[in-house]
Amino acid sequence: MDRDAGNHKNQLFWAEEVDDEVEVDDGENGDELKAGNPNQLCWVDEVDDEEYGDETEPGIYDVDDEEYGRDELKPFQNPFVNYRTVPTNTGNANKNKLCWADEVDDDGDELEVDLSSLLPPREIIGPDEKGIKKVIEYKFNEAGQKVKVTSTYRVTKTVTKEYKRVAERRSWAKFGDAVDEDVGSRLTVVSTEDVFLERPRVAGEEELELKAKTEEKKGGFLMVCRTCGKKGDHFTAKCPYKDLIGASSNNHDQRPSSSDGTVASSSKATGGGGGSTYVPPNQRQGAKLSGADMKRRNEENSIRVSNLSEDAQESDLRELFSPFGQITRVYVAPDRNTGLNRGFAFISFARKEDAEKAINMLDGYGYDSLILKVEWSQPRSK
Amino acid sequence: MRPILMKGHERPLTFLKYNRDGDLLFSCAKDHTPTVWFADNGERLGTYRGHNGAVWSCDVSRDSMRLITGSADQTAKLWNVQTGAQLYTFNFDSPARSVEFSVGDKLAVITTDPFMELTSAIHVKRIARDPADQTGESVLVLKGPQGRINRAVWGPLNRTIISGGEDSVIRIWDSETGKLLRESDKESGHKKTITSLVKAADGSHFLSGSLDKSAKLWDSRTLTLIKTYVTERPVNAVAMSPLLDHVVLGGGQDASAVTTTDHRAGKFEAKFYDKILQEEIGGVKGHFGPINALAFNPDGKSFSSGGEDGYVRLHHFDPDYFNIKI
Repeated sequence: MDRDAGNHKNQLFWAEEVDDEVEVDDGENGDELKAGNPNQLCWVDEVDDEEYGDETEPGIYDVDDEEYGRDELKPFQNPFVNYRTVPTNTGNANKNKLCWADEVDDDGDELEVDLSSLLPPREIIGPDEKGIKKVIEYKFNEAGQKVKVTSTYRVTKTVTKEYKRVAERRSWAKFGDAVDEDVGSRLTVVSTEDVFLERPRVAGEEELELKAKTEEKKGGFLMVCRTCGKKGDHFTAKCPYKDLIGASSNNHDQRPSSSDGTVASSSKATGGGGGSTYVPPNQRQGAKLSGADMKRRNEENSIRVSNLSEDAQESDLRELFSPFGQITRVYVAPDRNTGLNRGFAFISFARKEDAEKAINMLDGYGYDSLILKVEWSQPRSK
Repeated sequence: MRPILMKGHERPLTFLKYNRDGDLLFSCAKDHTPTVWFADNGERLGTYRGHNGAVWSCDVSRDSMRLITGSADQTAKLWNVQTGAQLYTFNFDSPARSVEFSVGDKLAVITTDPFMELTSAIHVKRIARDPADQTGESVLVLKGPQGRINRAVWGPLNRTIISGGEDSVIRIWDSETGKLLRESDKESGHKKTITSLVKAADGSHFLSGSLDKSAKLWDSRTLTLIKTYVTERPVNAVAMSPLLDHVVLGGGQDASAVTTTDHRAGKFEAKFYDKILQEEIGGVKGHFGPINALAFNPDGKSFSSGGEDGYVRLHHFDPDYFNIKI
């Protein structure tokens, strides 16, 4: 490696944080500065120890008033940051103009020029060992009052190292099409929108999952449904699948009653009724509900989820809602053009209480950066 | 983070490359002029005029003095990075696809596409220190794989050449004798065209991206499969962070399908995965078309992506990127 110290060139950046300005709309101008000179920006590590929040308040007094403004320390509020490169020899930094905002001040107030001789000279205190620098200025405001402006800066020194050859390349002449580039061509622009590394998981989600798991644990595995084989969800007598798996219950009846609950019955459910012809669930033995009834029942237990993120899929919703109870149906409305969802979905629960629980818990829940709206799929009349 | 958008190319981007110091970014596109940009602020430094076809890839020498580009005009060209002057032109009988300097910049590997009756080939050229002494002779020509070879890079110590392409097989060749040393097998290997191949900073392992919607991490010497990253879109470009254990996959639906579907269906994000856990960390959106090229700054603090939309987007990471926890 030839990256020896000789190749390093230290550049000193004086980063000055302007905490307060009087009558300058600093927010907007600060942005403009950032956009205009992206190359002058550098990341500055915040001074490590406690947060200084020095904001000074200007006091506005009459011209003949002897007392000048009082300085007051206040919490840090919306500062804008101004970074400037100063030659390595930093001794003359103070002699230079201190910040961009000062220049605006000077340029903007041409009327004041003749009166400025009446004002006390500008005063600069610091920077002290903590890097705090104060600049005290006096000027007249629009109402003709004398104003004392105390600006407090935190001066941070950042050292960035750059290879000699990199610095040399920076001064290379443009070539090719870049030579006769129009000034207004704007080939390189800084995006106006902020992009982020979008995390696939929302923070609260894991918590919810965990909670569901612990809930499950609390119930223990004592409760095992012999009809559908689900553990800890419901008693066999209250199995929501009782009528759906009617065929298997036929088999079940024929069996010696010793069948213990732990035998997984899902295989029975699928393999059940082998050899016999298909019997629709509602005509099976033990079915109490007619088709219309079942439909009504399902609708009664369905909820509508809207304001869904477009990335949400059926499986995601299943995952989200399954902690509340047995889900019988998940329908995500698809967009014909994109194949993504249209922002809403229907979820049918086996039991109405579960659905209600889900509504209570998840209405207003933040999911994929959107706030879910969970409601009954059809308006309740009662 | 606010990405810097560089709109210097009029056609889809094909390749991006940082120089070793990470201050210059070279971009190739289907328009005929590779371009060099300052990697910190995205300012255009210059263009390399002379190619007469799409430029498929480029590489820059370690001292950032020479640039080599491979183009569909059946040439590969050597350039002076600083002035944009052409130093030498290698002529082939078919389009040149992938180019890379060896460690030490004394050799270059150039792949050529199948064309008319010609099959694809991997050429090894000697690069003279003085451009005046440069000759077009090939030190070695490797032939054999069916279909296009999309990427060929040097293995550790320049002893091997690693190639991948349309036949979805990764091959390791001996760079001295031209013997085929290893081949990825059917089960662990890719199922569809390998579109990109990038080495780790130390060269010990490499990452391949494929249209089978996955990227795989391989050992450079033994060609053992280390990790697989599964995504939901074809992978056109891959990159590996030199700083953190992150890999980035770029892609999107097929370019021909872009106009027929909503842009939301395209999945044009650059997806970040944890290199070890193979878990998705996040995605960076922004392009209006599939991502064709990705490159990580050698300092690991910024990356750039080039898309079918003709934009290069240069991302300087926010400070919180560096302490992401899964």
